Amino acid sequence: MTSGDLFLQQLINGLNLGAMYSLLALGFTLVYGIMELINFSHFNVFMVGAFIALGVLKLMGMDGQTVILSGLPLIGVILVTFVVTMFATGMIGVGIERVLLRPLRAVTGPAAMILTIGVSYILFNIILIGVGGDTRNFANPLPSITWAFGGANLRLRDVLIWFIAIVLMLGLTYFVQYTKLGKGMRATAQDPEAARMMGVEVDSVVGLSFFIGSALAGASGLIFGLYYNYAKVDMGFSAGLRAFTAAVLGGIGNVPGAMLGGVLIGLIESSSSQLIGQAWADVIIFSILVIVLVFRPAGLLGRQAPNKS
Amino acid sequence: MPRKRLRRGATPMAKPDILLDFSGINTYYGDLHALKNVSYTIERGEIIALLGGNACGKSTTMKTIMGVVKPATGTLTFDGESILGLSPAQRVMRGIAPVLEARRLFPRMTVYENLEMGAYTRKKGADYDQDLERVYSLFPRVKERRNQISGTLSGGEQQMVAIGRALMARPRLLCMDEPSMGLSPLFVEMVFDIIKEINKQGTTIFMVEQNASMALSIAHRGYVLQTGVVVLEGDARDLEANPLIREAYLGEMKVDADAE
Ligand SMILES: Nc1ncnc2c1ncn2[C@@H]1O[C@H](COP(=O)(O)OP(=O)(O)O)[C@@H](O)[C@H]1O
Ligand SMILES: [Mg+2]
Repeated sequence: MTSGDLFLQQLINGLNLGAMYSLLALGFTLVYGIMELINFSHFNVFMVGAFIALGVLKLMGMDGQTVILSGLPLIGVILVTFVVTMFATGMIGVGIERVLLRPLRAVTGPAAMILTIGVSYILFNIILIGVGGDTRNFANPLPSITWAFGGANLRLRDVLIWFIAIVLMLGLTYFVQYTKLGKGMRATAQDPEAARMMGVEVDSVVGLSFFIGSALAGASGLIFGLYYNYAKVDMGFSAGLRAFTAAVLGGIGNVPGAMLGGVLIGLIESSSSQLIGQAWADVIIFSILVIVLVFRPAGLLGRQAPNKS
Repeated sequence: MPRKRLRRGATPMAKPDILLDFSGINTYYGDLHALKNVSYTIERGEIIALLGGNACGKSTTMKTIMGVVKPATGTLTFDGESILGLSPAQRVMRGIAPVLEARRLFPRMTVYENLEMGAYTRKKGADYDQDLERVYSLFPRVKERRNQISGTLSGGEQQMVAIGRALMARPRLLCMDEPSMGLSPLFVEMVFDIIKEINKQGTTIFMVEQNASMALSIAHRGYVLQTGVVVLEGDARDLEANPLIREAYLGEMKVDADAE
């Protein structure tokens, strides 16, 4: 491989990781934007999403890399898996908010954030007990179609991941920007009390932000499975921390920021692991987290005065 | 809801046509007793001024009417029906809309999106278009700036948007919290003219003001609140002439809470 090929391959891999981190980062940012809450249960909603996707694929007869589909059946299986997974994780997010967080809504201070850490461990242990701690092979029904660009390979899987991430992000952008509920969400993020007095039902906006964020975490978990071909109970922590870093890098609370931050973190991870070794990727990513928090706490696209005007 | 109102309208109401009856309200923030057995009655078509110094419960009054602050005791009726159990959204749908203290526009939304937020509880359609035209004709400047991010407007322009936003709810009662605060004299004049105009077009107005002389000059009646207690109420002309008011609000000195 020439260095040009290497660069291209890193770019392809980085964009896959970026798609995964962006979708996951959006959940942190949506919930933070509405309630100023860092939702640590998000890490493991992502992990649960990967296992739900694995289960759905298994139910449809997909197992390991033995069943390969093409054409309409392939599209159908992928579509059903995404929709079911996203709906299921979305409902898990809604349930966490409705049952556990809503009673704490009026409580100021870190109680709600600490609760989300607890919920994260509960989800972890549910999967640990129910499925076990082993690495599970993730079914991948995609044919191994590959386009070679010099020494770099672009696979059908990569194109699919990008396509799905782009569709979801465009859909979210449209929703937040142009629909009535989306505007209610933005208004609530900017001034919750004023939004209530305009007639926005804050409970439904909060529930909606959990649904959307968690559904996107489910999509991200499925993308993880398609990319790495496995799911494992501890997969949520490192991916979640990187996605959280992405959200902070882009400006937590800022939707385009989370998308940009996710792509940047994905590119940084892929290039640093190829250039200086996998072990250094996290060092660099978390150094970025620290540097951003110290020098530009509002993030790349955030407002520099992080007050609620 | 309109159906319900018609049925009620068929039964004869008490003689003064009371739109909002705020009666014997006590509101607390934790241990702080912010409104102490406070009552206001607002008749249809009136402009009511609520005067009082800092931190005496004026905004709490407005928030209690809007439903974001819950009173511990007391009754609150709008159009003869209790609204205490209604959410802020339901109150907006009944026809109460706020112009909030310090404007409180959604700063990163455009002017037009802010107006849309005022009509959040309504469907878009002919009525909506009509109200938008009404706002644009009251405030040509708002129309010019409709695509601008509202956080970048001047204070006076923001106040026009804030009033326009409230009008988009097509309210029967407009609750305005210090609409002239922080505005240049030119804008203050303009805001009071607009309030008079909106009232002439049929909207009842309950207005908190620190600018007592201006407020009383356009109001029909007024209330004076002091540390959570209504200490004076009456006809705006009488209040203007009242020596206590002249000292405390038209001049600078303080009135004792027990001066009543
Ligand atoms: N959310 C709140 N929590 C606690 N105390 C509050 C809150 N809002 C207002 N207060 C207190 O209630 C009193 C009345 O406040 P407010 O109604 O805002 O006064 P005004 O609008 O007349 O200046 C003040 O002492 C204020 O500090
Ligand atoms: Mg006030």
